[in-house]
Amino acid sequence: MTRLKGWRELEIGAVIPEAGNAVQYNTGSWRAFRPEWIVENCIQCLRCWIYCPDTAIKAKDGKRGEFDLDHCKGCGICATECPGKKGNKAILMVEEGK
Amino acid sequence: MSTPLRLKELTNKEELLTGGHRLCAGCGAPIAVRQIFLALDVPVVASNATGCLEVSTTIYPYTAWKIPWIHSAFENAAATISGVEAMYKSLKRKGKIDRKIKFIAFGGDGGTYDIGLQSLSGAMERRHDIVYICYDNGAYMNTGIQRSSATPLGANTTTSPAGTVIPGKLQPRKNLTKIMAAHNIPYSAQASPHNWRDLMTKVRKAVEIDGPAFINIFAHCNRGWRTPTNTAIQDSRLAVETCFWPLYEYDNGRLTVNYKPKEKKPVTEFLKTQGRFKHLFRPGNEDLLREIQENVDREWNALLREEALQSSAESS
Repeated sequence: MTRLKGWRELEIGAVIPEAGNAVQYNTGSWRAFRPEWIVENCIQCLRCWIYCPDTAIKAKDGKRGEFDLDHCKGCGICATECPGKKGNKAILMVEEGK
Repeated sequence: MSTPLRLKELTNKEELLTGGHRLCAGCGAPIAVRQIFLALDVPVVASNATGCLEVSTTIYPYTAWKIPWIHSAFENAAATISGVEAMYKSLKRKGKIDRKIKFIAFGGDGGTYDIGLQSLSGAMERRHDIVYICYDNGAYMNTGIQRSSATPLGANTTTSPAGTVIPGKLQPRKNLTKIMAAHNIPYSAQASPHNWRDLMTKVRKAVEIDGPAFINIFAHCNRGWRTPTNTAIQDSRLAVETCFWPLYEYDNGRLTVNYKPKEKKPVTEFLKTQGRFKHLFRPGNEDLLREIQENVDREWNALLREEALQSSAESS
């Protein structure tokens, strides 16, 4: 994190002029469990994407991409909701540091 | 032309709530907010009552919102957005602005059911062209799980602590969606993020309608409900399958129950996954469990009856 601004440098009324700058703040360090994407079991149903509270699954052109581990907090909703392929989950939660 | 409500097509829309907000891992509120934004095809301005969503998404000097967004006090999110909407109408009349902009207020159940109710009621009665979204997690979670008038009967909170004196909250929750419908506004509905298509359809209707609209969205809180962090969607689904949280809408007075479970599950299926109801399953609380089930049944049956009555009145 950069140096905090002094009061003379702040915007009047504490307005934040840069929309969506929270993306510069990484919440990934909160994580105790890391989601791992097993591509061969993924049916691209996009449930993980629509249910993610942290906008931490990148998706474009109808397909999901990698996890955004800078922001994923490791809640595990994606892994719970993942239907997988033939009963094999496409997202598994793995303990961090292991 | 609005984007079809299919996930594949929605992936090409810009996310207007970024990651890096500091709501708890597994929180239900940002799931709802993301779905709301993905449903929208018009620019919006929002006000946000004090609460978890407001505090955690805008910790200075950061904001997770990619829209013009105003922080209100607990009691006046609806009044704030009314003012913005009135200004927009005035600028439009003077020809200083011509693009279509819509206005949304967000509030939690504390800021909506309790503290902000009078300003909300006023904004609805004045017929501002706004959408008020309440994310209902059933207590003041931001300040440490105090009971609100949305807290369910029997829930353990820090101000209705279950123990030897009381078995959790002694009063049933009030039905705000119906209170809003009783304002005779064009649109009032209840939704849940597990059914994203229903939620998004309702958001689109609410935004398109000329006049005030209200949507009450079920929002899981794993800290307050004492659950693991991964159950927000599962528990929301159970709330709807047990008819604890029915999905319905009043569209210009016409009631539609949007989802009727094939087999209505007992409410205990919803209660037993949450630590805040754990004490209800100990000996001595059978009567309270029965009362909770009776309340759910009564409200559900009343909804079905009202819907049937309206359609039979139309056909006769």
